[in-house]
Amino acid sequence: MTLDQLKIGEGGTILSVGGENALRCRLLDMGLTPRTKVVLRKRAPMGDPIEITVRGYELTLRIEDAVRIEIEREG
Amino acid sequence: MILALAGNQNCGKTTLFNALTGSNQHVGNFPGVTVDQKIGEIKGQKNCSVVDLPGIYSLRPYTQEEIVTRDFIIKEKPDGIINIVDATNIERNLYLTLQLLTLRIPTVLALNMMDEVHANGGTVDVRKMGEALGIPVVPISAARGDGVSELIDRAVEVAKTRTLPKVFDFCSEDSPVHRCIHAVVHLIQDHAENIGISARFCTAKLMEGDEDFAERLELDENEKELLEHCIVEMENESGLDRQAALADMRYAYIEKVVAASVVKAHESREHLRSARLDRILTGKFTAIPVFLGIMFLTFWLTFDVIGQRLSDLLALGIDALTNLVDKGLTAYGINPVVHSLIVDGIFAGVGGVLAFLPIIVTLFFFLSILEDTGYMARVAFVMDKLLRKIGLSGRSIVPMLIGFGCSVPAIMATRTVSSDRDRKMTILLIPYMSCSAKIPIYAFFTAAFFPKHKALVMISLYVLGILVGILAALLLKSTAFRGKPVPFVMELPNYRLPSVKSVALLLWEKAKDFIERAFSVIFLATIIIWFLQSFDTRLNVVENSADSLLAGIGTLIAPVFRPLGFADWRCATSLITGLVAKESVVSTMEILLDGSALSSLFGTTRMAVSFLVFTLLYTPCAAAIATVKREWHSGVRTALVVVNQCAVAWVAAFLVYQIGGLFF
Repeated sequence: MTLDQLKIGEGGTILSVGGENALRCRLLDMGLTPRTKVVLRKRAPMGDPIEITVRGYELTLRIEDAVRIEIEREG
Repeated sequence: MILALAGNQNCGKTTLFNALTGSNQHVGNFPGVTVDQKIGEIKGQKNCSVVDLPGIYSLRPYTQEEIVTRDFIIKEKPDGIINIVDATNIERNLYLTLQLLTLRIPTVLALNMMDEVHANGGTVDVRKMGEALGIPVVPISAARGDGVSELIDRAVEVAKTRTLPKVFDFCSEDSPVHRCIHAVVHLIQDHAENIGISARFCTAKLMEGDEDFAERLELDENEKELLEHCIVEMENESGLDRQAALADMRYAYIEKVVAASVVKAHESREHLRSARLDRILTGKFTAIPVFLGIMFLTFWLTFDVIGQRLSDLLALGIDALTNLVDKGLTAYGINPVVHSLIVDGIFAGVGGVLAFLPIIVTLFFFLSILEDTGYMARVAFVMDKLLRKIGLSGRSIVPMLIGFGCSVPAIMATRTVSSDRDRKMTILLIPYMSCSAKIPIYAFFTAAFFPKHKALVMISLYVLGILVGILAALLLKSTAFRGKPVPFVMELPNYRLPSVKSVALLLWEKAKDFIERAFSVIFLATIIIWFLQSFDTRLNVVENSADSLLAGIGTLIAPVFRPLGFADWRCATSLITGLVAKESVVSTMEILLDGSALSSLFGTTRMAVSFLVFTLLYTPCAAAIATVKREWHSGVRTALVVVNQCAVAWVAAFLVYQIGGLFF
């Protein structure tokens, strides 16, 4: 599944990060590397972007970019 | 000795910079670096200055800030780096640190917000962390000033003794990444030495596929092939591509460092508080009303309550002083021309503009608080979807909001927008956000024509500017700026109270800037205008200002404004002086009116509104134009911006005047 499919409050572990060059580098730099845990915190009032917790801080990204991040739901 | 201050955004860098330097700062310009940097002398040290580099997360060349920071460090070769790190968010902050360490420059780590970590039950073993990173680590609290003097001592010490970071190998022994890095370092060692940049750093950049570095290092085809071969082998062996492999290596090392030296705090009070605040401030139903409310409150307090009252008070003071000088000069029997220059020219002009200082400072006060608390990042989060519709990202909202204060810092703030396309488009749209220097014009007109609906008329003007801006954006999006907006990946920092010192320093900076402009550009403009207005072509003092030089110039271009309803040469003249600084429009008009009422110039309210619409949209002032040029590096494009704004203003005022004529 992909990051945007998490429900609010749910967590998962990143399997792979896709996307085009600049975007992908930014995601990796911000700490979204494989095997990292993430939690979906909320969606913006208009439904997009989303807010996640990663490595102990809050990060926001768009759904169209979150779709490129493969995760495994925490069971 | 020059030290560079580097760190992530939102880690307290500006606060530390202020703590290091006090108010002893200035903007410097380094050759080869396109952007002005803030430099300050470090307190208690001789000949030791520190440069405030932009807040960045990585040394990749994707955003303007990253390029600036990288170029500064590589080209200027500072004697040392102070790397400030937010201890409450240590993993991501250390990511930049690892990249800085490969630059092989004496470095000290400033572990900021340690007070917050301790208060929430966390600890950091500074000695262990220092060993793992190979550099001195100094715990500080920039906001309270704790540890700052020790930080200065350590930074000066490593810079003087040229103590390089001891650790620069972040890959685990015998991993594919390790083998690749060592092979590449070996391959390019000589090239790197030739250009004087650390081979480690070059290696990382080459492995990340940085074309710029392949050029700089002047690798031949053979070497390029070998390089590619090493990287592909590493990718195959590790199962990660080059980008992910390097990021993964750094974060893996950081996790090791953190596990060995950090006892994590329980969920901090600051974080809980932020989450609670966010329930409202970014809540599904509350976010947008709260945002509009906050903006309305900001503008209402600025333009109606605090700023306006202070301005009125200051205007009273200036009037009293003018009277005093007037009487004194008359009693002294000074030459009437000099008397006119001082009283009608300088005092009326500069004094009139100076009276608006409180409004501008008040607006910056609120904007800086919104920025420093972390609220602006939330606004970007909330508004992103909307801005995407006009082809931008939420990040552009901050520069645009600053545009309501002053276009100059707003245009500079577009550096935080990471794509070139978004950045240029944001710069083009900033002039539509009515800047605070136009407030004097609005205030002057609304006082005369709409005494009962001042705030309403002002807000309408702002809204009109925004609407025209949206139209322009839609047009740009489908023509010159087709293409995708930037990736929007942004941190939402914990809410923090801004330090009084930072806000005070910022306000002082703005006030100083404004006063400087009042006494330089505007002062000069008032004298020129006074001269043109007081003399005729034969340099005789004119009795009637309609015979003056200025009247001649104004009359020449006035017909252009006939379809807009204000063909009087005095209107045209005021607008010309507005090119120098918007505040001058009012001061010029005051001089030209020579005591008579504004209604003598604008027969109908319709004319006045048309004039207001024109001033709302026409060319930005000289300072803003200069900033656009500096940020955009193109004289032609900048000229186009000016021409375009004038054309848009003309059309908008024309429509307002002509359509208004149908109803009134």
